[in-house]
Amino acid sequence: LGHGSGGQLSASLIRDVIVPALGDATKLAGTDPRGEVHGSGGATETSPLEDAAVLGLGVVDVVVSTDSFVVSPLFFSGGDIGKLAVHGTINDVAMMGGDPLGLSLAFIIEEGFPLEDLRRITASVGEAAREAGVPVVTGDSKVVDRGSADGLFITTTGIGRRLPAARLSAALARPGDAVLLSGPIAQHGVTILSAREGLGFDGDVASDTRPLHRLAAAMLDAAGGSVHVMRDPTRGGLASALNEIAQASEVGVVIDEPAVPVPTPVAAACEMLGLDPLHVANEGCLVAFVDPGDADAVLAAMRSDPAGRQAVRIGEVVADHPGRVTARTLIGAERIVDMLIGEQLPRIC
Amino acid sequence: MTADSYQDRLQGSTLPLNAAARRLDVHGAVQGVGFRPYVVRLARELGLNGWVRNAGGHVIIEAAGTPESLNALAARLPAEAPAQAVVRDVIVTDLDDRMARLHGRRGFTVGASIARSGRRDFPPDLAACEECLRELFDPADRRYRYPFVNCTACGPRATIITELPYDRPQTTMAPFPLCAACAAEYTDPADRRFHAEPVACPACGPTLRWATSCDTSDSNESTASGDDALTAAVGTIASGGIVAVKGLGGYQLVCDATRTDTVARLRAGKHRPAKPLAVMVADVAAARQLARVSDVEAELLTSVARPIVLLARQGDRHALAAGIHPQLDEVGLFLPYTPLHHLLLHDLARPLVVTSGNRSGEPIIIDDHEARTRLGQVADAFLTHDRRIRARYDDSVARVVAGTGSVVRRARGYAPAPTPLPRPAPRPLLAVGAQLKHTFALASADDAIVSPHIGDLSNQDTFTAFTDGLAHLSTLLSIRPTCVAHDLHPAYISTQYAARWPRNRRLPVQHHHAHVASCAAEHGVTEPFIGVAYDGLGWGDDGTLWGGEVFLADLTAYRRVGRFGTAPLPGGELAVRRPARMAMGYLFGGERIGAGMVDPELAASFAGRFDEQEVATVRRMIDRHVNSPYASSAGRLFDAAASILGLCDDVSYEGEAAIVLEATAGGSGGRPVDTGELPWKVVSSSGMWVYDPAPTLMGLLRGVTDGTPVHRLAASFHATVTAVTLALCIRAAQLSKVSTVCLSGGVFQNRRLVTELRAALGDEGFTVYVNETVPANDGGISYGQAAVASARMNL
Ligand SMILES: [Fe+3]
Ligand SMILES: [Mg+2]
Ligand SMILES: [Zn+2]
Ligand SMILES: [Zn+2]
Repeated sequence: LGHGSGGQLSASLIRDVIVPALGDATKLAGTDPRGEVHGSGGATETSPLEDAAVLGLGVVDVVVSTDSFVVSPLFFSGGDIGKLAVHGTINDVAMMGGDPLGLSLAFIIEEGFPLEDLRRITASVGEAAREAGVPVVTGDSKVVDRGSADGLFITTTGIGRRLPAARLSAALARPGDAVLLSGPIAQHGVTILSAREGLGFDGDVASDTRPLHRLAAAMLDAAGGSVHVMRDPTRGGLASALNEIAQASEVGVVIDEPAVPVPTPVAAACEMLGLDPLHVANEGCLVAFVDPGDADAVLAAMRSDPAGRQAVRIGEVVADHPGRVTARTLIGAERIVDMLIGEQLPRIC
Repeated sequence: MTADSYQDRLQGSTLPLNAAARRLDVHGAVQGVGFRPYVVRLARELGLNGWVRNAGGHVIIEAAGTPESLNALAARLPAEAPAQAVVRDVIVTDLDDRMARLHGRRGFTVGASIARSGRRDFPPDLAACEECLRELFDPADRRYRYPFVNCTACGPRATIITELPYDRPQTTMAPFPLCAACAAEYTDPADRRFHAEPVACPACGPTLRWATSCDTSDSNESTASGDDALTAAVGTIASGGIVAVKGLGGYQLVCDATRTDTVARLRAGKHRPAKPLAVMVADVAAARQLARVSDVEAELLTSVARPIVLLARQGDRHALAAGIHPQLDEVGLFLPYTPLHHLLLHDLARPLVVTSGNRSGEPIIIDDHEARTRLGQVADAFLTHDRRIRARYDDSVARVVAGTGSVVRRARGYAPAPTPLPRPAPRPLLAVGAQLKHTFALASADDAIVSPHIGDLSNQDTFTAFTDGLAHLSTLLSIRPTCVAHDLHPAYISTQYAARWPRNRRLPVQHHHAHVASCAAEHGVTEPFIGVAYDGLGWGDDGTLWGGEVFLADLTAYRRVGRFGTAPLPGGELAVRRPARMAMGYLFGGERIGAGMVDPELAASFAGRFDEQEVATVRRMIDRHVNSPYASSAGRLFDAAASILGLCDDVSYEGEAAIVLEATAGGSGGRPVDTGELPWKVVSSSGMWVYDPAPTLMGLLRGVTDGTPVHRLAASFHATVTAVTLALCIRAAQLSKVSTVCLSGGVFQNRRLVTELRAALGDEGFTVYVNETVPANDGGISYGQAAVASARMNL
């Protein structure tokens, strides 16, 4: 069992170990449990469990997020660890309504790591940052003894200016909200797993890693106040992101399983491996909870952005079964969609 | 109704010289079974004065008369009680000071019911009795062909009760005011309908309605009602239609069991490709046309619970449509239990498929609107009525193994009758059960009340049925649990439900301990025993999956002394749905215990049957531990064996592979053919005896290659598991001097295995118990959890 698979165990590691140990240091002043934005006073306004924090600096609200990237293999179909480190942090800033301004970057390099690989990865970082229009403004690198790290780890921190229209939090979903998904799921996780374990699917599948800040900005531009929640469902997949939102907002979420796009080769791989695509990681899609009145406008805005061309409405928020996510299956039954616990463990007796 | 409204019609006796007065508090299933009229008749016969009344869930009698007649009352009360009553306890108190007042009542009457807190029992639904059936088919009777005829000895109970005490206003019969004729019967202590709460007739009771599926408007507009509705339904079924019938504990889908096309259409509409369908036949004679029915089986078929009984087929193979029970020589038959079923069987005069009205995986539908929207696809029409179903009770399923009846699915007719606990629950307790075939149990004092079968909790509607059912039963029984027993599996919805309780009120119970404890507890075994738990998968206390376990146990604790070798499940639940994967798991990744060697050539020849890419991926998944959890499961070994024998590579319902394997071995005949054993080995590994299945599977593969008949190999496989289990029990007995064996877990639904194993263990001097009143499958887990948690609280 690992705490790294992004489901209930990672959540409990953060909730039970890290947050209590930090104590008041996670909210030095003025935290609003609903994640409401104050816009002044220099305090964090968001829960440490959100994708990013919003800091009111008086004049502007600043969005900050940090993430460490440990992926094996370092290079995979559709990307590499460098791209992931740039996109992942940009996306976390964007999910809280931040317009990313710059990134800080830290390498931890195991002694003996091939220089050629380091060059490739650094070049990839540069290219991803340029393409996203978010410069790397500061950085650091440390070399550690052989065995103290596995090749290369990257930590990135992103800083952004909160877009004026953004009022986003995982706790703001309301009954009636439409659930919108920007594109196909499960591509990244299947690609990485296949490449790492030599399962032979990587010829047909590729990671979806991509920056989502322009897409997010377009959505907020279309109907800022109507977008209640945005999340990029990374580790633990769409299922875990939806469960976190359902719990934080104390609402039920119902999705239409057949409406959730899964590329055919990805679906085939999941079927072969016995994986539920809803539990597989993504790096280039987002899910948004939007006031039903503006859902079509937001969906149109999504589809006009390259990262949201295949955006679809996948479900809605209900007052029933608060804290729980269900999926309507092809035959119309409503199955409970759990957060991933460790691995996908059989429950059949 | 007040006490005074019942005028005593008989002359009261005069006060004898040696008069006395006593109060009798009668506990048990004494409401809704004609108990009060019975007491009235008995007391009058004994010349007693006084009254009887329902109080909460029990009955209070206060009587005055001679000490002899009072003694006689106490003695005869339990002995001569109505067939469906269960008198658990009679507490007698002296009331000499009130003797004169009681005696002054001159006569014996029924007093008004009083609400009471405290534990209450109420009876399951009862099949229509002979007398009511005679009326049903008597053209001269005012209830001729009236589908809701009932009396104190029969009719709906648990399905219609909204609140206790059990009185008409607290049932779904409340909206039907009695007509004068019915009221007279209801109030006459000499009538068999005296206080029959659901009493009804065509003039005052519920009415049948008929509607076609095209009539999607939800209004109560129907095209026919009453006997015309019934006639329409009969016509539709006779011409190959499928009718959704509002039954006793839920909607049922009914069609002609002899029409292959209709049965195929039903399967498609229900999304149920292969799981056998239950067939209702008119009587035991009709059952004997289709199946072998022993005396014990006939008794089970005709019992008031009227379960579906799994029987060995016999006679003309084409008497039923081929799609009823594909590949099996077993058929589930049951007899009509409501007047409506009797009328349908009578008018149609042929076997009928009568199956739960639900879509596969969902709970049986009880709501009229839901029935319209969810069954509209499969049903051509609806035969409904205007009495609400308050509580959901699916049909029960039972079978006879080695002369003993065992319930496989416990619902209508059985639940919510209490199941005794050998160690009483010191505090009211909720046991939340497992995940599939879900039931929960409420325990207080000496009993657990196990809920009716609910289904697969991963379905939202099933989960709601669980929470609704819990609220209803907890209110009716007046049991407010203060602690909760639950499984260890973190992903069970039931475990997650229990996790919301405060930690110090939670009692975790290991899955297989609950299984074997359910068996021990129902047989009152409180001493240490050898527990053999064979099932598909359950969460072990070491965080791995178990399922082929031998314990030294008592109700409070267990020690794992034996187990099956482990194998990976390549793809997790996918490997459960695809036995071919399980076979590959054993052949390419089975635990290396040292005894067995997998012959790579034989393994490759088996794998050659499957798509190359799948085999390559599976092997890679096993080697790299990709979504391939290991399990020491007996059920999964049966799956693997079925696939190796080419009997079943994919299952469409739980347990299909094992059922087909048993059928191939000739299991339902109950007369095992001695085919000998395949090679097997039990080795000692880190303090446990471990069965290495590799030599057995090699034996199967070799047999297939040599052209040994598959049915012989299937029989040999059963004999091997028997021999292995015997060996493990003998080793466990050597450790402990324990000679009682409790067998439980879904694998023990295998009649052949149980029969062989009972005989083998018996020959070695073991006392063997199997589940009878609660299912051996996960439907019995809640009761096992209650038994373990109660025993632990007694420590
Ligand atoms: Fe089990
Ligand atoms: Mg982050
Ligand atoms: Zn009757
Ligand atoms: Zn009447």
